[in-house]
Amino acid sequence: MEIIVCIKQVPETNKVQVDPVTGVLIREGIDTKMNPYDLFAIETALRIKEKMGGHVKVISMGPPQAIEVIKEAFMMGADDGILLSDKKFAGADVLATAYTLSQGIKKMGNFDLVITGKQTTDGDTAQVGPETAEYLGIPHITNVLCIMEITEKNITVEMDMLDTVEIAKLKFPCLISVEKDIFQPRLPSYKRKLETSNKDIKVLGINDMDDKNEKKYGLKGSPTQVERIFPPDENTDKEIWEGDGEDLADKMFEKLKEFKFI
Amino acid sequence: MAELVVHQEKVTKEVADELIKICPFNAIKYEDGEIEIDAACKMCKICVKKGPKGVIEYVKEETPRINKSIWKGITVYVDHIKGRIHPVTFELIGKAKELASKVNYPVYCIFIGYQILESAEELLHYGVDGVFIYDYKELEHFRIEPYTVVFEDFINNIKPSIILVGATPIGRSLAPRVAARFKTGLTADCTSLDIKKNSDLVQIRPAFGGNIMAQIMTPNSRPQLATVRYKVMNAPEREEKAFNKITVCSMDVKKFKSDIEVLKVTQKEQEENIEEAEIIVVAGRAIKTQQDMSLAYELAEVLGGNFAGTRPLIEAGWIDPRRQIGLSGRTVKPKLIITLGVSGAVQFTAGMKSADYIFAINKDPKAAIFSVAHYGIIGDIYEIIPKLLKKIKDAKGLPEEILPKYAVPVSEN
Repeated sequence: MEIIVCIKQVPETNKVQVDPVTGVLIREGIDTKMNPYDLFAIETALRIKEKMGGHVKVISMGPPQAIEVIKEAFMMGADDGILLSDKKFAGADVLATAYTLSQGIKKMGNFDLVITGKQTTDGDTAQVGPETAEYLGIPHITNVLCIMEITEKNITVEMDMLDTVEIAKLKFPCLISVEKDIFQPRLPSYKRKLETSNKDIKVLGINDMDDKNEKKYGLKGSPTQVERIFPPDENTDKEIWEGDGEDLADKMFEKLKEFKFI
Repeated sequence: MAELVVHQEKVTKEVADELIKICPFNAIKYEDGEIEIDAACKMCKICVKKGPKGVIEYVKEETPRINKSIWKGITVYVDHIKGRIHPVTFELIGKAKELASKVNYPVYCIFIGYQILESAEELLHYGVDGVFIYDYKELEHFRIEPYTVVFEDFINNIKPSIILVGATPIGRSLAPRVAARFKTGLTADCTSLDIKKNSDLVQIRPAFGGNIMAQIMTPNSRPQLATVRYKVMNAPEREEKAFNKITVCSMDVKKFKSDIEVLKVTQKEQEENIEEAEIIVVAGRAIKTQQDMSLAYELAEVLGGNFAGTRPLIEAGWIDPRRQIGLSGRTVKPKLIITLGVSGAVQFTAGMKSADYIFAINKDPKAAIFSVAHYGIIGDIYEIIPKLLKKIKDAKGLPEEILPKYAVPVSEN
């Protein structure tokens, strides 16, 4: 079984703010980590490999330093990985990102299954998985809660649909995006770290892709554009209370009573 | 359509240092006397606007403009399971009507399923200009390939300028697939929508994983797709009379090919849904131990409400993920929400800021939560909540020791 997992490097903190006066973005710290939801995707892939054999390969798109998340995936047990990195990929929205990933995946050989996490913690859209599946021309299922059965030909999953749970069988090749907690992700292993520290990671740019048309990538390939950024609305009609615990509890109590919540 | 051009002749070490400092995404590198912008760039253009003048330039390339006038109207996707319409659909109809009235557009619904005619009639009570239904046995269950093919057929026939989809599991799966098929833009989880005279949809959502809002446009592609969560927009009143009509669309059933087979659909056990709660107490990072979660549980209990949490507590495993409020959790619109030591990142506030009354307790006077709160209480939850609990219990004649419905799970580490 050949499995590809899409992963992303995200900022460690989400403490990015807009200075309301100058409009400048302020980011506290530039530390990064693997998108936490991707750990569940990698774990799912590793569990399937343990049962079915085959390989787990990871793919990421980002700046050169995003190579770190691929190394982390190696430490968890991934067999191979590539990074898509090119300044022509910068400023990509969902469509351009999905297109770039689909082009990259086509460079990774035959695959049965693509797995993504639920969403990223920086973009928070949960859209890249389905759009990538569309570009790959394969079926997909999102919100996968658990894997019921897997054979050489198909995978049966449970999908969370809010009020209902659906059990569906998909033929390979296909894409699934898995929910947090589908499996407990394993910790990166030190032994694996030593084993994989010299492992080659291919970095592919636009010239390595089948489609080299710049208009399909990065900002140029993005139908959506960020027109402006601004701080969230301030609620101007508000009261701020200070004081000791007793005072504040009193005030809260009176106000909640006034509004008939008590 | 545009790119950043670096005028290297103007680059000095000082200029580079300044640019590196202001770039919030760490995307600018200085090497061998030249500046390079790498793939971390998010095109925020801060370097153009606030950096040393004329060093980095934003160059727009002229691309052929599409003819927007052939794309008309706003379409709402009817989210449903077996014909039971999800209420987000009515909220989207409300928003669509408001937007449509500004540019004199019709509002249509697309309804894909099996034996859905009766459910479709209900939509006519909400002032839409028409409902298009695709009613086939093959469409009984949501399967991505046939649903996308149907949507494609509808778009090719009706050519809607804007398509609004509820951010439900189905909507979040279907909308991106449709957007990619038409190679057009899709903006997820919009918190506010408006329309320009030229029919461009103004989409606002939190961005860049920070405390930032972004206004996103799809200036040269049609249709424009956006998803919106449940409880963000307002549903119109149901009218007694039904207006306009249902169009039953036909398609070649051979096109409904799918590699997905739905084996079983089971109703979940009726679980409490924080989206429906009128009073919610939210536990935040200021809660130090899992035992202390009892502060939130008890307060929820004595107020007759429900409780929820923020991402750190969900990640710590203290709270069920279904109780997470925010962009990666649920959106709520209760009458009262009390946040206990929640810092108030926009990912969280986007999921609760339309509550009628927001009481926020936080020790840090600069906490972002105070910008959305109606009552900002600067103080320590460990001092305030026990006292507040006592007052409420006294007033309601409740015993001092109550056993909250949501007791702290007994787990020894």
